[in-house]
Amino acid sequence: MSSTTATPDTAAPPAGSGAGADERVAKRSLFRTLLGRPELGALVGAAALFVFFAIVSDVFISPAAQANVLYSASTLGIMAVGVSLLMIGGEFDLSTGVAAISSGLVASLFSWYFATNVWVGVAMALVVSLLIGFINGLIFIKTKLPSFIVTLAMFFMLAGLNLALTRLIGGSVSSPPISTMDGFELGRSIFAARIPVFGVDVNSTVFIWFGMVLVATWVLMRTRVGNWIYAVGGDAEAARAVGVPVTATKIGLFMAVGFCAWVLGMHLLFGFGTMQSGEGIGNEFFYIIAVVVGGCLLTGGYGTAIGGAIGAFIFGMSQRGIVYAGWDADWFRFFLGLMLLVATVINLTVKKRSES
Amino acid sequence: MTTATSERETTETGTPLLKLENVSKHYGNIIALRDVTMEADAGSVTCVLGDNGAGKSTLIKIIAGLHEHTDGKFMMSGTELRLSSPRAALGLGIATVYQHLAVVPLMPIWRNFFLGSELTTGWGPFKRLDVKRMKEITKKELADMGIDLRDVDQPIGQLSGGEKQCVAIARAVYFGAKVLILDEPTAALGVKQSGVVLKYIVNARARGLAVVFITHNPHHAYPVGDRFLVLKRGRAIAYQEKKDISLEELTGLMAGGAELEELAHELEHSSSPGAQDALKDVEAGLDDLDAGQAPAKS
Repeated sequence: MSSTTATPDTAAPPAGSGAGADERVAKRSLFRTLLGRPELGALVGAAALFVFFAIVSDVFISPAAQANVLYSASTLGIMAVGVSLLMIGGEFDLSTGVAAISSGLVASLFSWYFATNVWVGVAMALVVSLLIGFINGLIFIKTKLPSFIVTLAMFFMLAGLNLALTRLIGGSVSSPPISTMDGFELGRSIFAARIPVFGVDVNSTVFIWFGMVLVATWVLMRTRVGNWIYAVGGDAEAARAVGVPVTATKIGLFMAVGFCAWVLGMHLLFGFGTMQSGEGIGNEFFYIIAVVVGGCLLTGGYGTAIGGAIGAFIFGMSQRGIVYAGWDADWFRFFLGLMLLVATVINLTVKKRSES
Repeated sequence: MTTATSERETTETGTPLLKLENVSKHYGNIIALRDVTMEADAGSVTCVLGDNGAGKSTLIKIIAGLHEHTDGKFMMSGTELRLSSPRAALGLGIATVYQHLAVVPLMPIWRNFFLGSELTTGWGPFKRLDVKRMKEITKKELADMGIDLRDVDQPIGQLSGGEKQCVAIARAVYFGAKVLILDEPTAALGVKQSGVVLKYIVNARARGLAVVFITHNPHHAYPVGDRFLVLKRGRAIAYQEKKDISLEELTGLMAGGAELEELAHELEHSSSPGAQDALKDVEAGLDDLDAGQAPAKS
């Protein structure tokens, strides 16, 4: 980010004679507009990373490898859509990693014990996932505690419930095998299908992810709700003062995260047939990292869903690229941490500039 | 959406747009405001002056609908009423621009302008923000207020304090405010920026609004005000038309001519040697104030 090019322009006196208006608008060039975009840092980083892996690995740019990269990115990116909306709305959710597992477990256990068709469980899982989001939001609003604490508590409770209830109901650490039940094939063809594109199998999660990013972008940029999300994240009190329904917006965002957890949970369920009740722990940080790398401010009010998607793509590239390059996968987390640090520093600079 | 200009009300006909008569406010046994009478006419600026704790904020909270008054009459266009909420006040066309402004710094100016009252177009799931129209209106409304911005797409946080005030004022005007309450709009601003805000206050008056301008600075109030209410310890110590009061008198009231006298009285009864010197200083200050007021009175 070159902040030096921007400084003279911002320093110019904003209000002045009417005659110069057009001239001053023209000064805001395409280049400068791009510099002001929240995703730019991530986009440059993604391009650099792509070129880097393309050089160090022969197979990285092959369509099959890229399909794998996209798949990795999508499983993370689906959650990152909700997490980015929530972060723009000024809040955190640390329960996302285990909430996705909870969703899959609910679908699996419910249909195994109470139904003949998997889709009954799938519907039940959707209800439970939205409810978890709603409860997160409600506790957050009612207690006025930081969302960090509320969802951290939810994270531990869900992690415990996943293990305890799965063992209590099924007597095992994994969910029962439901792959022979009615409706499973349909579920798989939606949430975990392999769709051939130009001779390469691409997982359906990639398309679901793209679709969700588009919808989230539409909502953020072109709807009233989107305006409210930015407002409650930027300054909740100011938003309330001009009549924005702050409580409803925030609770709705937690529920949107719940919805994303459901989508991911369904992918895991239909992709693998059974759910491991102890999984998901630690993933919430990956989602947050992807979103922050994508240019969303941790403090809220700034960022885009596309940024979160680019962050997820960077994540997917690093995860797969390190393997394709023949390095030890242990390095992955080191790079993740480093990227987070660099991205956060860039973001802070951006915020300072827009507030100066 | 109608602008305030289309429903301009005339001041000459007698009934003021907003009138408080002997309004008092008690918080338990604390009397925050006692027997305050004031009017705000369309196309005029009523200044409310007073030091910290004088009751200015209690007064605006009553007008803005945040608190109900305990005694007295609150009248809009001659009808007595009680405001139960800020929303009720807004419904009557009473808009308040608070010191903190209620703007979201990282959001573009046009999004801030329409925040909470966004214009939409389309139907059903395709109902979307009418971005083009909102940008046009924002630009036009700000231009009408005399605010010239290069780009309504820039984050509002990049504007100066004075400009932010002006956007907040323009927003209130656009959304149909008839009575505009400005809570210390110049308090945190430098000399030049204050001048800019004062200019917009005059513009708002020219557009037919009844402006209630709260400030503790008589030098800001006097040039733009038509009427001045000076509060002290919850009471009105002066309520004057501009023609009946000079800037010196107003400053004297604010700087606390009475307060200085009180201090002099206290010092007189004090026996410490230093007190006598202080007394002389205070008396000199009082003489200065009298000298300032004398020519204006004649």
